Amino acid sequence: MDFSSLYVKEGRAISKAKGALLIAESIPGIQFNEMVDVRLGNGEVKSGQAIDISEDATIVEVFGGVSEVDLVGSTIRCKGETLKLPVSNDILGRIFNGMGEPIDGGPRLIPEDYLDINGEPMNPALREPPAEFIETGISAIDGLNALVRGQKLPIFSGSGLPHNRIVAQVIRQATVKGKEERFALVFAAIGISYDDASFFMRDLERTGALERTVAFINTASDPVIERISTPRLALTAAEYLAWKQHMHVLVILTDMTNYCEALRELSSMREEIPSRRGYPGYMYTDLATMYERAGRISGKEGSVTIMPILTMPDDDITHPIPDLTGYITEGQIVLSRNLERKGIYPPIDVFLSLSRMMKEGIGPGKTREDHNNVFMQSYAAYAEGCYLREISTIIGAEALGERDKIYLTAADEFERRFISQGESEKRTVENTLDTAWGLFSALPEEDLKLIKEDFIKKYLPKYRK
Amino acid sequence: MGKIWRVSGPLVIADDMKGAQVYEVVEIGEEGLVGEIVGLEGTKAIIQAHEDTLGLKVGEVVRGMGRVLSAELGPGLVGSIYDGLQKSLLTLGENIGPFIKRGAKASALPRNKKWQFTPKVKAGDAVSQGDIIGTVPETNLVEHRIMVPLGIKGKIKEIRQGDYTVEEPVAWVEYNGEVKELTLMQEWPVRKPRPYKQRSDPSGLLTTGMRILDYMFPLALGGKASIPGGFGTGKTVALQQLARWAQTHLNIYVGCGERGNEMADVLSSFRELKDPNTGRLLQEKEIFIANTSNMPVVAREASIFVGITMAEYFRDMGYDILLVADSTSRWAEAMREMSGRLEEMPGEEGFPSYMGSRLSSFYERAGMVKCLGSPEREGSVTVAGAVSPPGADFSEPVTQNTLRIIDALYALDVSLANKRHFPAISWLTSYSLYVDAVKDWWNEHDPGWEHTRAGALRILQQEAELEEIVRLVGPEALPEGDKLLLLTARMIREDFLQQSAYNEVDTYCAPAKAGLMLKTIMKFYELTQEMLNSGAGMESIRSSAMVYRISRMKDIPNEDFEQKVKELWSEMEQSLVTGKRVP
Repeated sequence: MDFSSLYVKEGRAISKAKGALLIAESIPGIQFNEMVDVRLGNGEVKSGQAIDISEDATIVEVFGGVSEVDLVGSTIRCKGETLKLPVSNDILGRIFNGMGEPIDGGPRLIPEDYLDINGEPMNPALREPPAEFIETGISAIDGLNALVRGQKLPIFSGSGLPHNRIVAQVIRQATVKGKEERFALVFAAIGISYDDASFFMRDLERTGALERTVAFINTASDPVIERISTPRLALTAAEYLAWKQHMHVLVILTDMTNYCEALRELSSMREEIPSRRGYPGYMYTDLATMYERAGRISGKEGSVTIMPILTMPDDDITHPIPDLTGYITEGQIVLSRNLERKGIYPPIDVFLSLSRMMKEGIGPGKTREDHNNVFMQSYAAYAEGCYLREISTIIGAEALGERDKIYLTAADEFERRFISQGESEKRTVENTLDTAWGLFSALPEEDLKLIKEDFIKKYLPKYRK
Repeated sequence: MGKIWRVSGPLVIADDMKGAQVYEVVEIGEEGLVGEIVGLEGTKAIIQAHEDTLGLKVGEVVRGMGRVLSAELGPGLVGSIYDGLQKSLLTLGENIGPFIKRGAKASALPRNKKWQFTPKVKAGDAVSQGDIIGTVPETNLVEHRIMVPLGIKGKIKEIRQGDYTVEEPVAWVEYNGEVKELTLMQEWPVRKPRPYKQRSDPSGLLTTGMRILDYMFPLALGGKASIPGGFGTGKTVALQQLARWAQTHLNIYVGCGERGNEMADVLSSFRELKDPNTGRLLQEKEIFIANTSNMPVVAREASIFVGITMAEYFRDMGYDILLVADSTSRWAEAMREMSGRLEEMPGEEGFPSYMGSRLSSFYERAGMVKCLGSPEREGSVTVAGAVSPPGADFSEPVTQNTLRIIDALYALDVSLANKRHFPAISWLTSYSLYVDAVKDWWNEHDPGWEHTRAGALRILQQEAELEEIVRLVGPEALPEGDKLLLLTARMIREDFLQQSAYNEVDTYCAPAKAGLMLKTIMKFYELTQEMLNSGAGMESIRSSAMVYRISRMKDIPNEDFEQKVKELWSEMEQSLVTGKRVP
């Protein structure tokens, strides 16, 4: 038996408490990033983490803030390990808080293993490129920005836009063609309102998805610092389900803007040199260490697909949060306030949206042979129409030539018939592609330059029987 | 041998480190995490850890390794996949599974593999540094030339032929009675440029198979280029295309702080795609460095320097090498993070003030050189680095510092990318200072190049000016001549500049085909101008079958192109002129 583990290291000489930080005399043997308990004079215990250790001092970040900490009576007790999530088979169907403790009234887990919440980087040489198409039943996603297993595809939204409804629709409808496999959902609510969190939980319950879901809930009123651990706990649970239980896991993280705000708050408390708009310079790396946990491993069953939601402050896509996210994720689904005002649901801006992994997931045997051509032609035609719409606001639609008028109408039709659809309407990918072909028939046939001639003969409605 | 005094993220301070030197490699803690000393203060050493420091304790041991960060150079590099510290990722995968545990070790070159060595010199020959003493057929595409390491000269005492591992001696060199063993492998400190005899100017076209590069903004062998662009503008795809199709002897792909899935995609495509000239698999002439964004931050800098060191090593064999780095911004961010932890005075936007000189110390290692040693040979390293400016704003420090060093700019434009015009390289803001350097090459292959190129760029410039008028008065209100110019500009954009990386035929366009394609469009413009002059209307031109035929030129394979385009030209001459000319 290792007797040293019975010896609990404790530090008493706390010299400074401010914001979420405690500075104490050096605690011998403490590990970098080790979890500690801060025992207050009144007997209350708070969790914390050592974020800077040296022979001079130990700096501890306290989860939940340092309120009621007194410099004399408080002690810091080391736990001898970094933050870990207990996992087991029974994790499905459970709800936890941002520290990984159950809040659904159920019993504690009997852990099979404790996993470090930071995970380990996946060896890029052993990754399997994502290539399995996930049919979400939403045309603007399936047709133009297809999601594949192992991808990380965020939703860039704005406050008041229906991102929650769209994500709930994706959760309800997402399937992989022709496969019956073990599927799980990991849901992390990060600093969102109680109402938003319960919207999701109710929807999951209603559709019976709750029993294959693991949820980590940190609402707006919960401690800010736990927003840092919430997504990491969720991803750790996802990795456990994917790589140990061989499941296909979809992770929903909402709202990552709150996460980044928490990161900024913490960074300024640590008195670090800020980068753009006060966010820390390591925010890219910090986000990347989470998003990169998506993927597939060659020779292993299972996958982790991540769909984070973030609200762009002031709808500004160049704001550091969406900007850095866009550099990490494999594309983005951007929601547009303009389309929303026009009454179009889902209001997906197809120009700003992009799925980098799409080309691997579509085509013969996966969706349909004409998918890529239809995708390119739709973009070209819609772009042309939108450009003409812009011009026509100045010179009037009457001043346009005949060909231009056709494109102008086609753009409106594209929004009304292709992008727009019902909240419970599930379109198969064939259905989505045929809708696009229906719109192409209004265009001059020689303008369909981006489509192979055989496909035109095969799919254009006028050649079909 | 010292001990840990402080840990704060990737920054570790060790005490009792007397005798250590700056940039010396150290092993930290019981797990032996790799770190590099970046500063010394009395007995304390400031160390940047290349691996995650989670769980380290004050007082743990720190071991100085007595050497600076070096790369292993020798047979076995080609086709390998390394992390930022040149650990073989496939070996790591075999040893510890799909997740990288810190402290895990794997050597860069396989130690047990035997290579077939054929000597090029014989006993009694005098050799000195850089001389080629023999060759190893490393892959079907790369002949590895074994060179005398720097600082060694003398007479060959013995040299052997046969199969050897990289550690077994193959030759013995005697100088002043002292005998040195030569193996197939050598080491080189990554931050130090490898020496050469003489530097020459970049010259000759680096054929990339991308029309907008080869024809419009050419890159010369030994040149340095930068590809800045906001997210989603296609930086990674552009760099992948370069690494795939560039007609060099060897390409090095450095994925620095970027996406793991994309890296997986690159790796799997290189296992399938074939080189257009030799028909061999691309991975037979490629080295990969994958330091993805979730791997340790500090190793990003190492990944860049390990890459350029390998490039120089192959350059010294007399080869043309292309190194692409995606993305240098991530490296700059790593510098910023480390600088912040070291509490250095920040420069612009928190980046350290030495960022500019650090970036130049990388880009300046590109170039064309006369190599050391005999036989006489010339080699080159061409560098293309991506930059990821926040908010696609090119005024930010990394882009601006890079622009000061490079001579070819391929600026990626968000609005082009949103319209799905790929490659989204802006023809208005990009430039290449290598136009003169490749003039001779082009004149040899396509005498009309300068003229055609200038003509097309002029049309695109005029289009940009007309575009502003169109926004006010609409396209229909323009004079016929301008409408034709707009149509031509559109054809240049869509039928020439746009190039699909995913279309089997279009992904690689031979320079000869590119030239003929543009000439076809220019010829169309000439003929239709005549038509307009002789009274024909724009409608008849727009509806001409030739417009459609030209748009399909991309699909014609490189080999058949010359034949097919001649047919097209004669058809154009008939259909666009006959019956329309006023006597």
